[in-house]
Amino acid sequence: MLKKISNIGDCGIACDFGDEVSKKTNKEVIKLFNFIQDSVNNKKIKGILNYTPSYNKLIINFDLEEVRSQEIIEFIQDRDFSKIILPEHNKTVEVPISYDEEFALDIKRLEEKTKLSFKEIANEHLSTDFFVYMIGFVPGQPFLGDLNKNLNHDRLDTPRVKIDKGSVGIVEKFCTIYTFESPGGWNIIGRTPLNLFNIDNKYPSLLSPGDTVKFKFLTKKEFLSFKNE
Amino acid sequence: MNSFFKVLRPGINSTFQDLGRFGLQHLGIVASGCMDRLLFCNSNKLVGNNLSEGALEFAYQGPLLELSGEKVLVGVSGNVNFNIEKKSGELIQGTPNESFIVSNGDKIDILSTINSVYGYFSIFGGFNLKEIKGSSSTLVKAKIGPNSGNKLKIEDKIFYKKSYIKEKTKKIKFIIHNDNIIRVMKGLQFDYFSKKSQEDFFSKEYKVSNLTDRMGMRLEGEKLENIVSKNIKSEGITKGSIQIPGDGKPIILLSDHPTIGGYPKIGNVITADYDKLVQKTPNTLIKFKLVDLPIAEIAFREYVCQF
Repeated sequence: MLKKISNIGDCGIACDFGDEVSKKTNKEVIKLFNFIQDSVNNKKIKGILNYTPSYNKLIINFDLEEVRSQEIIEFIQDRDFSKIILPEHNKTVEVPISYDEEFALDIKRLEEKTKLSFKEIANEHLSTDFFVYMIGFVPGQPFLGDLNKNLNHDRLDTPRVKIDKGSVGIVEKFCTIYTFESPGGWNIIGRTPLNLFNIDNKYPSLLSPGDTVKFKFLTKKEFLSFKNE
Repeated sequence: MNSFFKVLRPGINSTFQDLGRFGLQHLGIVASGCMDRLLFCNSNKLVGNNLSEGALEFAYQGPLLELSGEKVLVGVSGNVNFNIEKKSGELIQGTPNESFIVSNGDKIDILSTINSVYGYFSIFGGFNLKEIKGSSSTLVKAKIGPNSGNKLKIEDKIFYKKSYIKEKTKKIKFIIHNDNIIRVMKGLQFDYFSKKSQEDFFSKEYKVSNLTDRMGMRLEGEKLENIVSKNIKSEGITKGSIQIPGDGKPIILLSDHPTIGGYPKIGNVITADYDKLVQKTPNTLIKFKLVDLPIAEIAFREYVCQF
């Protein structure tokens, strides 16, 4: 439930859904996100520049020349979201992954910590229906959940300086896919050859908040011969 | 018709920018856009363009450009030291915030910004920039924007839309507020910080470090003590947010900020003071002043009156 709306400076507001990080909470965030996106697209509200969902919040940025925070807060508060039915925006996407040891940089450590074999870890990962909590930090990078408890693990003490594009990492109950080469502290278990982000596409990010992701096993040979459309 | 500027020296961080690329932050794409909106808009005014037309932003040292083609009307805005080197060899000291005509073979040498970071170079009719998702702003780290999302490089050619002039030269007079007081509203996690740190933040001076770019500005000064939690659940980021990582040193998130982040935020710089902030050079001492929303909104009205 939407618990609180606060100002962020003079041209932003935060819609706070409480401290819990769960799919249930996030689905409510995404419902408000979809509502705002539709309202912007259908010109029911003016001046909104960006709307960014995360685990438990929706941050809205606006142009102070066009609209003031109070107008947006009232626009949201005047609505009963339990009664609003929105068109289904979300989809299921299959993401191919190779767990080859060349890519799975942290698998040895995870085997030790979780007392599971490489194969068991991969199978657990493959059998999970991942929910896209949010996209961001850098363009197109998805934050997925929830991993089964036996795979939950802390982030690296010393982050790596460079993680290759396509690397798949896990931390706690979350999984991410690096869409750009970047530094990072997640436990890397594999790599996808699938391009998740291309600014020239009509929808530059393959995934959107609220989508479902299923990983699909690839051998290294299949990984190397994979062609992006 | 094939007129262009040839880049003989690119400068330190020269990128094309406009007012920003909006509506995509939920996909991890930050708005970007010009750092100093007033100077950016002034650069367009100088040459009679629409205020949202893309211009070339430079930082510290700007580019050295040679015109190959018909004469054009251009403008440099900011506190900028630059020369015009005529084809004849004559050297003229440039006057910023005043448009001028350059002819085939002339060079414009943007030497440096003075006591400031950013300046803008614009041309009548606008540069010929490829718009990406409705904007000609450049986000270098994700290679999004005109010029394939890159900074200007040596030998690049900069094309422009109109090779004629239908506008007179003009001057713009405006006031640059360069005092060191930055007005801030309380951040979402203001209460995470100890009473002493809340007071320190609004009374001590903070020094702009040289770890400052279009993404963020790192500050040095009194460390701020977090008494609740050093991390929060990652949440969407707003330009001008002041986050405090575990080491207690503030980082102000600027136009190319990450779209989400997990550090608590003690405050947010108000829109009216953002341009002033981004122009602070390393080692400048700044001081934060607490204001509330009504004051920030009044300050914004005064700010937009200058456009």
